[in-house]
Amino acid sequence: MSMVFAPRMAEAAPSSHAGASWSPYDNNGGTCVAIAGADYCVIAADTRMSTGFSILTRDYSKIHQITEKCVLASSGFQADVRSLQKNLDARHQIYQHQHNKQMSCPAMAQLLSNTLYYKRFFPYYAFNVLGGLDNEGKGCVYTYDAVGSYERSGYSSQGSGQTLIMPVLDNQLKSASPLVLPPRESSTPLTENEAVDLIKDTFASAAERDIYTGDGVEIVIINKDGIRRETMPLKRD
Amino acid sequence: MTKSSVIQVPPKGGFSFDLSRRNAMLQQQGAKLPKYRKTGTTIVGLVYKDGVILGADTRATEGEIVCDKNCEKIHYLAPNIYCCGAGTAADTENVTDMVSSQLALHRYATGRDSRVVTALTMIKTHLFRYQGHVSAALVLGGVDVTGPHLHAIYPHGSTDTLPFATMGSGSLAAMSVFESRYKENLTREEGMEIVSAAICAGIFNDLGSGSNVDLCIITKEGKEYLRNYQQPNPRSYTRSKGYDFMNGYTAVLSTQIRQLRQHVQVLEGDRMDEE
Repeated sequence: MSMVFAPRMAEAAPSSHAGASWSPYDNNGGTCVAIAGADYCVIAADTRMSTGFSILTRDYSKIHQITEKCVLASSGFQADVRSLQKNLDARHQIYQHQHNKQMSCPAMAQLLSNTLYYKRFFPYYAFNVLGGLDNEGKGCVYTYDAVGSYERSGYSSQGSGQTLIMPVLDNQLKSASPLVLPPRESSTPLTENEAVDLIKDTFASAAERDIYTGDGVEIVIINKDGIRRETMPLKRD
Repeated sequence: MTKSSVIQVPPKGGFSFDLSRRNAMLQQQGAKLPKYRKTGTTIVGLVYKDGVILGADTRATEGEIVCDKNCEKIHYLAPNIYCCGAGTAADTENVTDMVSSQLALHRYATGRDSRVVTALTMIKTHLFRYQGHVSAALVLGGVDVTGPHLHAIYPHGSTDTLPFATMGSGSLAAMSVFESRYKENLTREEGMEIVSAAICAGIFNDLGSGSNVDLCIITKEGKEYLRNYQQPNPRSYTRSKGYDFMNGYTAVLSTQIRQLRQHVQVLEGDRMDEE
């Protein structure tokens, strides 16, 4: 039997149409931050929605209140964010019908993680920060990646300005060195007004250097008295 | 059979494309190339009654991060010729510096003031020779013995001669202002107003442009370089508490003190004698 040699394949030419295919995702930019305190939680997000180098609107809210004591802030692809918010709202309604009470913040945190992982192979392009008060009334902040990995922490930032803001929060809120004893608690020792002041300053700084952050910042503060909102204008360039 | 020896000739200058295929392969495998510092940018120029007005924003970006909030995009070419630059910052800087030097030598050789078309030809021949790899998009303006001139120069070496021009990522925002408001024989005040409105349109509507407005007005009498003519973007908020760090904030884990006198040798003598 004669040996059949596989025909020599011509060397594939390097692909010239780099990045020409359609993508289901878009990035609308924006930054979200949350800080947890002993009896409060502050969640903030900028109000700019952009695509490419253009601004779509200067006045878009990325913050969504899901339960009485739990607020979700998400940056990324706002169409997926909106869809995720509706999904969680529906699941929360069902929970309320079945259990005759609102979901606690840790429970909602788990639900969000499961919802995100459910779409592990076609993810929600949403970078989430969940903030609120836990069952004991202490502030809690949960931070997520796009597919649902989450962790409770004292503070967090997500989005385009994340890398600009996180080091400042680490410096101001974390203990000076992880080697110093006694170790700090998960919640941060700032008062509510100091936390709001810090958030305003970090957003102003992020707006200086990140082109996708700006226009305004919406700040939501949750404490035992309820929920209150503040807005502050940012640079519009 | 003897192997023919290859004489290593040093490159004569210009670009070496030896690594382009390797880079393309790496990029295909997912490696990220380092980002160039681009100027994002809105640059404009217009011709008015007495001469030319050039305008530019002052933001330089590295990808999505602002690396310089107040850079200078209006470059000097000759006492009567200035050039705004968009694209890769290194390219615009070096091309304008190089042409500025060539123009000075040319002035000495000819004994005359430089003409805008001379600068134009020098720039476009350079850019064409590099086939668009020198990523510089320029708005060149000036006033010479033949009158006021304004040109737009594209990275591949083509040029347009126009009464008003815009370039950069904010060019559409700026051009919309020009197309609405430009007319011939504008006065100096009208011209300045329209140019700064066009740059502000770029600053506020284009994410690649921002910070301040620079203007340069050139007439046959001379030039007026108005750096930071407008500063419509002050910082929005500063924390009242400030950022103070007390002594002891950074934990000292261990301390070592070494006497350097034992390690350093002091030699007397003239440096030139060492050879």
